Amino acid sequence: MVGSLGLSFVRWNLLTPPTFVGLSNYTQLIARDRIFHKVLWNTLYFTITIVPLQLALGLILAVALNQAIRGLTFYRAIYFMPVVTNIVAAAMIFQWMFNRDFGIISAMIWRLAEVTGLPIQPPDWLNSTFWAKPAVVLLTLWKNMGFTMVIYLAGLQAIPHELYDAAKVDGAGALHRFRYVTIPMVSPTTFFLLVIQMIGAFQLFSEPYVMTNGGPAQATLTIVYYIYQNAFEFGRMGKASAIAWVLFAFIFIFTFIQIRLQRRWVHYEAGE
Amino acid sequence: MMQSAKLEKPGFPVELSNLALHLALLLGSVFVLLPFLWMLSTSLKEPAADCIIPPRWIPSNFAWSNYTEATTVMPFGRFYLNSLVVAICVTLLQILTASLAAFAFARLRFQGRDAIFLLYLATLMIPFQVTMIPNFALVRFLGWFDSYKALILPPAFSAFSTFLLRQYFRGIPLELDEAARIDGASSFRIWWQIIMPLSRPALAALSIFTFLASWNDFLWPLVITNSLEMRTLPVGLSAFQGQFNVQWHLLMAGAVIALIPVLVVYVAAQKQFIQGITLAGMGGR
Repeated sequence: MVGSLGLSFVRWNLLTPPTFVGLSNYTQLIARDRIFHKVLWNTLYFTITIVPLQLALGLILAVALNQAIRGLTFYRAIYFMPVVTNIVAAAMIFQWMFNRDFGIISAMIWRLAEVTGLPIQPPDWLNSTFWAKPAVVLLTLWKNMGFTMVIYLAGLQAIPHELYDAAKVDGAGALHRFRYVTIPMVSPTTFFLLVIQMIGAFQLFSEPYVMTNGGPAQATLTIVYYIYQNAFEFGRMGKASAIAWVLFAFIFIFTFIQIRLQRRWVHYEAGE
Repeated sequence: MMQSAKLEKPGFPVELSNLALHLALLLGSVFVLLPFLWMLSTSLKEPAADCIIPPRWIPSNFAWSNYTEATTVMPFGRFYLNSLVVAICVTLLQILTASLAAFAFARLRFQGRDAIFLLYLATLMIPFQVTMIPNFALVRFLGWFDSYKALILPPAFSAFSTFLLRQYFRGIPLELDEAARIDGASSFRIWWQIIMPLSRPALAALSIFTFLASWNDFLWPLVITNSLEMRTLPVGLSAFQGQFNVQWHLLMAGAVIALIPVLVVYVAAQKQFIQGITLAGMGGR
């Protein structure tokens, strides 16, 4: 760790001895590096889309599965399957699914246009600076929602049944019970998932690396991908270390904010 | 009487909503399974059949030869071997180092114990990418670049696993240690014969979690290996993609080869997988 901090003040390509450059790695990044600014925006985009969607989908699935219905194990096993799937293989499949001409997603959109008669046509997903990002988001959601689902399921199962019975006696409908019993009671789980999913979203790498190569025109380049590029493609170890420290600072600050904010909305049982 | 009858027999509307729930869940399942089916379907198509519009789900001829071709152009067997060796070694070593450290933090008393533990916890905050570059430089300096040592040793120590096991170990009554000590058992024996057997559920969960994480790890093996012989399965698959871009029938055959064994094990033991990941994912709470 100290090594990394030290490295962030040098210019070093692994072949010649490092030269000390002071803070210039940082000042260049912040003041001049256009790509770095783009990378920060992309990472922010991914975080603010992926994290809320991930939590919402996970909670909805968990609530749906937290009933006395048949086939519970079956559904849970299916929804969880992408979590154990290798990300490289998954990203390759999605790359192929999002192929403009022959991919299955485009085919479905054409079919939809045909059936409904609406003038819609599929975008050129992975070659469009606008649509490549949602494609990466969809892959990430598919891959990870099973995880948030099982964690929420564990949280839901810890809610005492009497609370629901009491709410029912008071005449609360299903939506009211969800809003006033379920949501506050799982808020510690939500808080936990929020923190770790956010850290995960900041560290997005394999998805864009395999699916889009960070493109088109750096539209899906993330912080970690940029660290990788600088260190292992351009041989700029010092600059890469400086970016890694910026990433650390982001994670630290956002986690700290979450911890400060939790008092306002996270409901812990008395005595805990 | 009326009231309780109403509560016990939900009646028609509830069954209807159950049906709707099943429909929604089934539809969701189809969407989740779609990529797998699309992969299987493409992997069995003849080269030209990739590009039929509209795409067909069931190929007219099953081209099983895609699989043999994929394994001849890329050493998938070697990737498998590497991934197995690395994942097994990392899991065993990590459990060993983490359980010993956790034992010391949870059951022994020594000066500076809590300070060291705090330092351990602090490293949990640091993203892997921050230490990746110095680790890379160190591995190169030691001459381990592109070797099993580089793939196995850096991930063999985990503050997270240590933390998880420490939480679990603390839940085991201390009287057991004291009784064993009176009988003359050493710390090492207490660890091996009392704490470890009593922690089997936690160890099983952590093993599954660690194995899967190591099996699927991508960034570290990508930067620390160079030759095709040292690539693990994910990195090898990615190299395969780089070489045979747009030959989708081959790439999908490769993806099938990479995924099927894990998915088969998963289907057979999905309960253990989900429990392991839930437990480890929640930090042992």
